[in-house]
Amino acid sequence: MDIPVFHLDVLNDRVLIAIIAVLHVVINHGMAVGGIPLVAYLERRGLATGDEAWDALAFRILTVFFIVTTTVGALTGVGIWFSAALVNPYAMGSLLRVFFWTWFTEWLVFVTEIVLILAYYLTWKKWRGPRKHAHVRLGGALSAASWATMALIVSILSFMMDPGSWHSDKTLFSGMFNPVYLPQLAFRTPLAMIMAGAFALAIVAWSEEDASMRARAVRTISSWILVWMLPCAAGGFWYARAVPSAMAANLPIALGTQALQAWSRTALAVLGGACAVIAIVALWGARKPNSTRTWALVVPALLSILLIGAFERVREFVRKPYAIAGYLYSNGLRKDDYPLLQRDGLLARATYTRVRRITEANEVDAGREVFLLACTRCHTVDGVNGIRSVLAAMYGDDRPWDREAIASYVGSMHDLRPFMPPFPGNEREKNALAVYLEHLQLHRETLEGAQSTGVVIEP
Amino acid sequence: MSLEPMPVPRDIPLPLPANPHWLEFLLVVAFVAHILFVNLMVGGSILVLAFEIRGLREPDYDRLARALASTITVNKSLAVVMGVAPLLLINLLYTIHFYTANALTGMAWILLVPTIAVTFLLLYLHQYTWDRFRNLKWAHISILGLAVALFLVIPLVFLANVNLMMFPERWTSVHGFLSALALPNVLPRYLHFLCASLILTSLFGVGYFWRARFPVEQMFHSLTRPRLRRTFYAIAFVVSLAQFIAGPLVLVTIPSKGLAAPVLTAIFTGVFLAIPAVWMIWKELSMEEPDGKRLPMIAGLLALTVLCMASGRHMYRGVALAEHKREMRMATERWAEDSAQAAYEKTLGQERAAHGIGEGQALFQSTCSACHGVDRRIVGPPLTEIARIYAGNPDGIVTWARAPGKKRPDTPQMPAFASLGDPKLRKIADYMLETGAIRQ
Repeated sequence: MDIPVFHLDVLNDRVLIAIIAVLHVVINHGMAVGGIPLVAYLERRGLATGDEAWDALAFRILTVFFIVTTTVGALTGVGIWFSAALVNPYAMGSLLRVFFWTWFTEWLVFVTEIVLILAYYLTWKKWRGPRKHAHVRLGGALSAASWATMALIVSILSFMMDPGSWHSDKTLFSGMFNPVYLPQLAFRTPLAMIMAGAFALAIVAWSEEDASMRARAVRTISSWILVWMLPCAAGGFWYARAVPSAMAANLPIALGTQALQAWSRTALAVLGGACAVIAIVALWGARKPNSTRTWALVVPALLSILLIGAFERVREFVRKPYAIAGYLYSNGLRKDDYPLLQRDGLLARATYTRVRRITEANEVDAGREVFLLACTRCHTVDGVNGIRSVLAAMYGDDRPWDREAIASYVGSMHDLRPFMPPFPGNEREKNALAVYLEHLQLHRETLEGAQSTGVVIEP
Repeated sequence: MSLEPMPVPRDIPLPLPANPHWLEFLLVVAFVAHILFVNLMVGGSILVLAFEIRGLREPDYDRLARALASTITVNKSLAVVMGVAPLLLINLLYTIHFYTANALTGMAWILLVPTIAVTFLLLYLHQYTWDRFRNLKWAHISILGLAVALFLVIPLVFLANVNLMMFPERWTSVHGFLSALALPNVLPRYLHFLCASLILTSLFGVGYFWRARFPVEQMFHSLTRPRLRRTFYAIAFVVSLAQFIAGPLVLVTIPSKGLAAPVLTAIFTGVFLAIPAVWMIWKELSMEEPDGKRLPMIAGLLALTVLCMASGRHMYRGVALAEHKREMRMATERWAEDSAQAAYEKTLGQERAAHGIGEGQALFQSTCSACHGVDRRIVGPPLTEIARIYAGNPDGIVTWARAPGKKRPDTPQMPAFASLGDPKLRKIADYMLETGAIRQ
């Protein structure tokens, strides 16, 4: 509406965010939040036992974590911001107004974290002998800072799912301590520890040449994973209980709820299976580390990536139709602005549009503009989650689509599929959109975003 | 100037989390901290590349390159982390302007993420293969060469964005990153930035190798402390002279709309502080063995220059966008009023539908609304007032409307509406009481 629409018509904007975000969470959880405590623990064990091999192993794991976190990890963190602001600038802009001080505090902790990790890594070989104790303490401080950055950000993620009392009092504190916050934190913390163990197992499997050290390391890290499994399950249970009760008010009980449940069940089966496999490998490693195979030790790392990717997908999915529950729809439009937009129309109110008034002659163009403004935050024309394939699945592609059927569907889609926002425009625009969608059956076209076409202001 | 219409979008309708002047102050300070590390990272990489190539003939320069390269590990991480605060603040203070520029240069903007990540990975690869690639020197240099090439492209994307956000009148004429790059002022600013990077890094070099703790004597065969100092001072001096060309170029290419007196004052103060600094660099350089005693003074003066320039640049943005921000504020307020009105109409419509008095509204609109508003006076009293007078007494309205008298000295007498008939008048009366009561 007020910001040019960035749009990727093949990849889909959401896939862009998903790639960057999942990569970041994998690195952040596995190599920082969970990774640093694990390294610090192994380093301490080296100091306590006087066995240099532990120290060397800890440093080797840290080297991988250090290189990845300070490059891809750091940049994908900023990248989530870049991509989310490109794809849904209204959500990002609104979150910033509410959570500025949380982010600012997180930044201070982030600076601390980076300074500490640089110090921790670059002094590893220099702080020897009597200074080793100080170095181990440095690892502890770094662990705390890494966890704190995640703890702050999780408050914003859970706010998006359920702002709780923020709706009425609009304060930072009520926004942060929303109903989903602590359960989600209780789940993510042990999850990060498990992921760190999974990555460490993979590194040991590839890099440790000494058989006896390899066995000891596999046993220790496997036990580490097992220890965190119970808290993770408990946190997951608490979190799962917090989510549906929070979302219940936003999801009308209709057909769509069943669709959601069916989807979650599939996801839960996959997640459950992955958890079980990780547990089995960890048990194997803890009991009979000598007999573990390299491939088996790499499996938990791969599965944990799948696990967290699926988890983030589910978390993003259940939040729909909102970007900020009860306040901003995932199309970037405020719930409160719906009466105005439905009365006057999107095109009449949009800053940038190629069509202002709809006539018989410009219906397809008008429909395209409406699609760009109202649908492209989730749909492409012919790419991922493409609207052509959605319509072909609904109406078949062997007979002509019917604009009236489409228009009537657009009008009621929110009731049929509660994860979709209600149509934000007026009747005339709904019909133009239907004409455009009907037109797509015979005209395969791609829709380009403002990054290539620029913007137009039709007076 | 172009005749393109200037867009006036609406702002995000949530209040800023703090006093904007404080936030702007934070922005300038955080930005200076960020750009210093960016300068050291970019300038450092360029110098390491130059030294390593020179090291092919003089091995001491290879060692110098390696020593300088180890500082980039720290500087590049701090450049990123220090960049988060200004990014946060510019997102907050210039939400619509910044996001508009981001969207219009979208592909280049999002490609920054993988590009910077790859550049950093190349830097690590370069740094940790110094010994392993001892006999593959050109391959080793090429890795850094690629990283430097990427470092030379990356600032262009940032500059195109922060430049484009200041000129809403240009937004409709931009098609993608390259056309945003073609706006006047971007390339001069880029040149200015590159010069600053080299000056800062070479002064950093003077200080870094000046430290007594640095084992110059053990590390180098022919390079001595004074020679190192001369090398770095010489680079700083030559590039400073170039900066006196790049700087004015920025000033003459920047659109004049933001060049208010305070902006120019800040910029010229910065220039006048830089002149003695450059003169002192020259003095150091003209000594047979520079002792580096002037370095703190040079650094202090140039730090002030940077602060002046950063403030001037910020003030320019403020002046350039003041009018547009004012128009946006008005549009945002209008939108909020319209939105509230539409929401009100909608709830009213729903309540009326529920009470079956839709006809009353229709009759009211066609017959009465020319003179009676809902909550403001047009000619006769508004519904809120009528609802108070006739609360619980719709028939009183009907009686009055059949044959009105003259009650108020300051308004003309109301015409009679007996011709509508009592049933219709009663529907209007019900609507009036309902609506007037809701609005009170």
